[in-house]
Amino acid sequence: MTILQIAALAAVAVGGGAVVAAGDPLRQTLVLSIYGMALTMLFFVFQAPDVALSEIVVSTVGLPVMILLALRKVRQHERAQKERDEQ
Amino acid sequence: MTRTTRLVLFGIAAAGFGVVLAYGLAGLPAFGDYQGVYGHVIDGIGVTERHATDLVTAINFDIRGFDTLGEEFILFGSVLGVVLILRQMRGEHDRPRQHEADEHTFAGASEALRALSLAVIPAILAIGIYIVVHGQLTPGGGFQGGVILAAGPLVVFLAGRYLRMRLVAPETLVEIGEAAGALGYALVGLSGLVLAGVFFKNFLPLGISGHLLSGGQLDVASTAVGLEVSGAFLVAFSEFLDQAIVVSGSPRS
Repeated sequence: MTILQIAALAAVAVGGGAVVAAGDPLRQTLVLSIYGMALTMLFFVFQAPDVALSEIVVSTVGLPVMILLALRKVRQHERAQKERDEQ
Repeated sequence: MTRTTRLVLFGIAAAGFGVVLAYGLAGLPAFGDYQGVYGHVIDGIGVTERHATDLVTAINFDIRGFDTLGEEFILFGSVLGVVLILRQMRGEHDRPRQHEADEHTFAGASEALRALSLAVIPAILAIGIYIVVHGQLTPGGGFQGGVILAAGPLVVFLAGRYLRMRLVAPETLVEIGEAAGALGYALVGLSGLVLAGVFFKNFLPLGISGHLLSGGQLDVASTAVGLEVSGAFLVAFSEFLDQAIVVSGSPRS
């Protein structure tokens, strides 16, 4: 195992923990996409560039966008609910 | 159940899990010690039998092309599910159009961000197409390239112009693209069955290894998958964007 591989494994271990520890979903999304970069590096140094290519786009563009949009929708819904309760 | 009982139960379970995990880890082969036969066979025949230098693509779109057909329809089916769940319900309505009907500008999208987005779009599209058509030569292929291509129109949205994005990637077009890609991949398999007698038989001329048009059906399959994946992601993106930005009100139960 090379130094790069050990470093990538460590980054993934720390990153996974950081995603769980982030708590607030909004911040969690950003930490998740950084974690995705760590996973991309992991796949790359373990000689799976095909997987790394998929991971980099899905984790930095695809997944965060969908989570952010879902969060926005949920908040809209909560705000509408609150307004209705106040009336 | 009290807290103590739960902790005791967890302790027993964790200890048991720990023992089994340690036992399993101790029995693992050494790092990088590959015992299988399949990998070595593929390594040996990839270039000679398929004229493909990226063996992952050769495996995905030819040697186990049938599995990829299943995977493709998993993606197709899940996007169908997204469309079904996020459809406009009774009680929901499109938000009234603002006076700038064709624009939907977000606060915070500065001029610099817009200029950068504009510069980035052609590069993203070029990389996406490159990855799709060079699937059999270098790492990448239909799936990876397709996702990258789907990121192109998304950048228009990041520049703060959602409704512009709908102009760049109209819903009908992306839906047709997705369906045509899925059908195209199935047709690659069927044409093998019809013209060469075996489902997913690579009967096209294999060309010269390392050339753009080599590997027979790999390029065709890769392009079809690229179309399907980019269409699928764009359909999913626009459904999510519709829900979050255009539709307001909550569904009546």
